[in-house]
Amino acid sequence: MTRLSSAFAKPHPALVTFITAGDGDTAANLDALVEGGADVIELGMPFTDPMADGKAIQEANIRSLGAGTTTAEVLRIAAAFRARHPQVPLVLMGYANPMVRRGAEWFAAECAKAGVDGVICVDIPPEEDDALGPALRAHGIAPIRLATPTTDRARLPQVLAGSQGFLYYVSVAGITGSQQATKQSIADAVKRLKDTTNLPVAVGFGVRTAQQAAGIAQVADGVVVGSALVELVGQHGDSAPEHLRRLTQGLAQAVHSAQRVPA
Amino acid sequence: MNQLTNSFRNQPDERGHFGDYGGRFVAETLMPLILELEREYRAAQADPAFTAEFDGLLEHYVGRPSPLYFAERLTQSLGGAQVWFKRDELNHTGAHKINNCIGQILLAIRMGKTRIIAETGAGQHGVATATVCARFGLPCVIYMGATDVARQQPNVFRMKLLGAEVVPVTSGRGTLKDAMNEGLRDWVANVHDTFYIIGTAAGPHPYPEMVRDFQSVIGREARAQMLDRIGRLPDLLVAAIGGGSNALGLFHPFLDDPDIKMLGVEAAGRGLHGEEHAASLLGGSPGILHGNRTYLLQDADGQITEGHSISAGLDYPGIGPEHAWLKDTGRVEYTAVTDQEALEAFQLLCRTEGIIPALEPSHAIYAVAQRAKAMPKDSVILANLCGRGDKDIFTVAEALGVEM
Repeated sequence: MTRLSSAFAKPHPALVTFITAGDGDTAANLDALVEGGADVIELGMPFTDPMADGKAIQEANIRSLGAGTTTAEVLRIAAAFRARHPQVPLVLMGYANPMVRRGAEWFAAECAKAGVDGVICVDIPPEEDDALGPALRAHGIAPIRLATPTTDRARLPQVLAGSQGFLYYVSVAGITGSQQATKQSIADAVKRLKDTTNLPVAVGFGVRTAQQAAGIAQVADGVVVGSALVELVGQHGDSAPEHLRRLTQGLAQAVHSAQRVPA
Repeated sequence: MNQLTNSFRNQPDERGHFGDYGGRFVAETLMPLILELEREYRAAQADPAFTAEFDGLLEHYVGRPSPLYFAERLTQSLGGAQVWFKRDELNHTGAHKINNCIGQILLAIRMGKTRIIAETGAGQHGVATATVCARFGLPCVIYMGATDVARQQPNVFRMKLLGAEVVPVTSGRGTLKDAMNEGLRDWVANVHDTFYIIGTAAGPHPYPEMVRDFQSVIGREARAQMLDRIGRLPDLLVAAIGGGSNALGLFHPFLDDPDIKMLGVEAAGRGLHGEEHAASLLGGSPGILHGNRTYLLQDADGQITEGHSISAGLDYPGIGPEHAWLKDTGRVEYTAVTDQEALEAFQLLCRTEGIIPALEPSHAIYAVAQRAKAMPKDSVILANLCGRGDKDIFTVAEALGVEM
């Protein structure tokens, strides 16, 4: 079993949390997420042009790059996290250009060395998989794909081909931090996805509160929270860890205690 | 080698790749939409009614064909090759941008889209988009970097007069690339009813091909006009390059004429030696941004760096993917011209021909002047005069130290 599959094999749904690398004291922030009960960590790679992100994560990218974060630093943060938390799955999330800049092979090898379990690349759809996917798979890194409300039945098999780790369902057609989709539409979508794949399905975009997370956890294998955590880093700077821990605890409790509703 | 190398005119491949460049590097939310766009574009290409409507609007609304003009006094003053201009600055709205906007809005209507968005740098594409939206009665939102809003006030007012909503973008440095990011964010949230009219031959497939095709009217007309006027084709084609749509529009119909040389002129800003230029091909390296793989201005980590040019229309850190391919194959030569040189050429054309060019084609005119001097008098250069300079007089005055 991989770290990712173990996380989704727990008796309860998984809480997946996102913060941006290099924004604040990232090591302390990541530790707070783990202590709060996060099951999977997504670490954002900062990019100058985060065109799928809303204001909160855009600003985190600007703060991080403004502080001088490099790709080498992101990889160091990942490797140090792996050393401190040998069992917690770690996924890098970001945009294609910083990932392929030195070649897909280089990036995949560095991810493997740093103990990264999966990579989510926002702007490499299955049609362009050869830009990164083969290198990741060759190094045992899971390419985690996104499915969205616009991914129709005909297209879904293509999205799933070569996907590993889990499937990230983006619950709204929009950018990160958007308004949340209705619970029913999420339930319908997750059912449709699970009819087609054995991969765990985690749902994100617009999830901010424990109550929302609990609702999604009733129908999905995982719940992703990003912008709400990233905002705390922006607001609290060096004292962010205690705030992250508190929010994560509330989210984890809600997600972990959710009663599955058969679809 | 594959059979495609027999022609330079049959790119891209079925995946939208021009050699190693182009492609569809977009978020999953947009993928189904751009696949549908491609299907609709193929259907429109095969539909005589679509072509007829496009041609009709170009003739009666845009004012095509644009004249082919022999720049006699400029030619005399340079003392070398004959210089001819394709006068696309005489189009409605004063630039080549409108050709593409007509094509894309017809496609939007065909697809049943009811809302139009676009990005703009200098404001020319924004004005052209706002114009076609007014013409067809569709609501229009234009994203424009806050920095550009400040330096292009006349175009902002034009867009508003035409009924568009102009949204200043404050993220990043508030220029064209940030406006494009914001356009993509809007699009991804409004895919069901919104059509994104991209202004240059870049972005995810099929945009680079589609924009090139709509702009190719420039080269097709020029070809026929040249044969009609002097009974031969030019020796050298020259055009300025930001994203590269006016250059592709001129070049593409001539790509398979092996004797015709082509020169694309990038903005060297304050010089290629530093970082204050917008020459993606000559001063950048391949990467992925805004839906395509192409040459970009970027650092060692793949972070995008900001271009600089006196011309807001050339101030973009990327380039259309077909140019990236044409550069690598060597079919087109690329050079770069500084702010200062473009200003010189701007004034030269004003005084020799009574034409105030935009700062974008002023870059091309400088390169024309250099080349013409070194070519025999019986040779022919054809350059695309892709925009008129009224919008730039404030920038030029400032650069020349004139208070208005």
